[in-house]
Amino acid sequence: MADGIVVKDLNAWFGAQHVVKHVSMEVPRNAVTAVIGPSGCGKSTFIRCLNRMHETVRGARVTGAVLLDGEDLYAAGVDPVTVRRRIGMVFQRSNPFPTMSVFENVAAGLMLNGVRDRAVLRERVEQGLRQAALWDEVKDDLGKRGLKLSGGQQQRLCIARALAVAPQVLLMDEPCSALDPIASARIEELILALSKELTVVVVTHRMSQARRVSGWTAYFLLGELIEFRPTRELFTRPGDRRTEDYITGRFD
Amino acid sequence: MIRLDVRRLVDVTMRTFVALAALLAIVPLALILGFVVYRGAEGVDLALLTQLPRPVGQVGGGMANAIVGTVVLLGLATVFALPLGIAAAVYLAESPDRGLPGLVRFLADVLTGIPSIVIGIFAYAVVVVPTRRFSALAGGVALAVIMLPIVIRTSEEIIRLVPAALREAALALGVPQWKAVLRIVLPAARTGIVTGVLLAMGRVAGETAPLLFTAFGNQYWSRGVDEPIAALPLQIFAYASSPFEDWHRQAWAGALVLIALVFALDVVARVVTRKRGE
Amino acid sequence: MPRHVDQELTSLERMVVRMGDAVQEQLRHAMEALVRRDEAGARQVIDGDRGVNAQDLEIDEKCVEVLALYEPAAGDLRLVTTVMKIVTDLERVGDQAVNIAQRVLELIVEAPAEPMLELLRMADRAAGMLKESLQAFIGHDTALARRVCAADDEVDELKERLFRELLDVMIADSRAIPPSMRLVLISRYLERVADHATNIAEMVIYMVESTMVRHAEAAVAPRTRHEGDKP
Repeated sequence: MADGIVVKDLNAWFGAQHVVKHVSMEVPRNAVTAVIGPSGCGKSTFIRCLNRMHETVRGARVTGAVLLDGEDLYAAGVDPVTVRRRIGMVFQRSNPFPTMSVFENVAAGLMLNGVRDRAVLRERVEQGLRQAALWDEVKDDLGKRGLKLSGGQQQRLCIARALAVAPQVLLMDEPCSALDPIASARIEELILALSKELTVVVVTHRMSQARRVSGWTAYFLLGELIEFRPTRELFTRPGDRRTEDYITGRFD
Repeated sequence: MIRLDVRRLVDVTMRTFVALAALLAIVPLALILGFVVYRGAEGVDLALLTQLPRPVGQVGGGMANAIVGTVVLLGLATVFALPLGIAAAVYLAESPDRGLPGLVRFLADVLTGIPSIVIGIFAYAVVVVPTRRFSALAGGVALAVIMLPIVIRTSEEIIRLVPAALREAALALGVPQWKAVLRIVLPAARTGIVTGVLLAMGRVAGETAPLLFTAFGNQYWSRGVDEPIAALPLQIFAYASSPFEDWHRQAWAGALVLIALVFALDVVARVVTRKRGE
Repeated sequence: MPRHVDQELTSLERMVVRMGDAVQEQLRHAMEALVRRDEAGARQVIDGDRGVNAQDLEIDEKCVEVLALYEPAAGDLRLVTTVMKIVTDLERVGDQAVNIAQRVLELIVEAPAEPMLELLRMADRAAGMLKESLQAFIGHDTALARRVCAADDEVDELKERLFRELLDVMIADSRAIPPSMRLVLISRYLERVADHATNIAEMVIYMVESTMVRHAEAAVAPRTRHEGDKP
């Protein structure tokens, strides 16, 4: 399978703290890759390096290469802003823009980047909302304030917002951790549907979610990538003892 | 059993003590308000609100130009202080605590402590002397300098309170940082900033000393911002320190109007906050 | 630090051991009934199958429960699926013991044909393989499991030899055909027992090493199967 993102010897620091250590992996294109590991293992930092969000934190530093379609996103002269238009992100807690309506929220990425044509905006908003499986629930009242939706709907709104700018890759940092099981299940279905056209990387602390949703799984521990293999193999016969201990719940 | 009773007794005693202390703290405020209302109420009439001051010695007239003047000066001060203050607040909120931002913050704090008359002198030197005239503009500048640190500090606090998640969401969409701050963070902080500005306005509405040699005061309507302008505090000062009974009456009335103005600003600030808080 | 699921997994292993013991008993009693021409003993074996089947169901149900409640992964998951498969093989061994007992009842009626030495040796070998495969399971001993797999050939050989001998007997005296056929059948049942022991051993290797050795040799040396056998 042609690769979505190729990571080469990625390292990340918060000041002097080395939180991602020499990670190399090839994330498959148009598939779901799950990133699992105990708290503090660096999985969130890792994906934030993929869309150059890590460096927005004061004192943060990254070395190594991240290749999208063969181009290194960290090459000199590459504008992180353009990187983030190609690689979208959805966060743990839904964060719709509070002063904006549903429509404006989804269109935000486009409007803030200069797209003014109402017809184009309307089309992209509808498409984004459909992809996020939210269209039917909001189509009659797109002017409603984003914050008035339920938790699960807000998260889908954020997904629609990320999708409206048509990224190639979607990063999701524990997207379901604040949601109830039904809302979670909806989003998992959505992830599976999206992966047909999009490369998705999901950080999750729920292994059952990684099992259900992903084709490939990466296990991180203390900043290192311990194992990266097809999900069905990682959960039936992992290669590394540490992976086995983690997924069978042995915490010592 | 006995323990419980003692505890209850102590509880009641302390509660009473604390309540009395609170009441005691409010007493000065109550006295001031009460007194001003008492002495000023009779003087507030249509004449006060609509007429110009009469020449010295004559009874009657009003403070219409002073009321309007105060509003104009507040407007000018806000126009000067607001953009600069918010820009500084944004800069400080996005910066670390040390280094240059730390210095800026320190200076802003120092500025709040500078006596307003000194600020007035500064405005005099910077505006009045080069333009060779007293003007509303100079008064506006003086008041703006007093407002500035208040706007900066409150706005900075509010901007910091905007959840980082919002900024991150904007950045993750591929929006440049300056745009993210301008179009996402500031609108989200809108309410708090407005409140801060209103409170700053209330604070400077009653400033007298800096206006003494900037706005200077005016018996008539001002025809432009480059002319001296009347202001409530100045008028109150002038009338109160005069020997005329009628002017004393008008001074009390003016004080009442001034307090009412500040009060109104505070109420609006509260209403705005509560409305957006839903 | 022990996990809650460890209790369940240990419990499953113990249940397998218990069922394995019961099945081995059945087999032993069946062969004893053959040697002693013990009708009551044979009937006991036939009745005893109920208990074996009940254990099969019980263990299967518990496995499903563990899968549902604990969502085991990796080694734990392989343990549970291995248990489910072993238990199936054990139940079939129980069935073979019953088959033997039924032939014993017929033999008692027919004629006192001496069971061949080969038959007893076969029974001994098959029972030994079964015991060792279960030991390999408990001990997670893949070396032992591999030895069990290797011993299967020996049992096949014994069966062939026995068949040829009985053939001679049947040719010599046609009246000896019915009882001899019964003995042939018993030899097939014992061969099946050895096959099941081999299955168990292969599953143990999968469980421990996660390599599938089952069916791998099928292409190289297909195990002999005959019609009329219970699968």
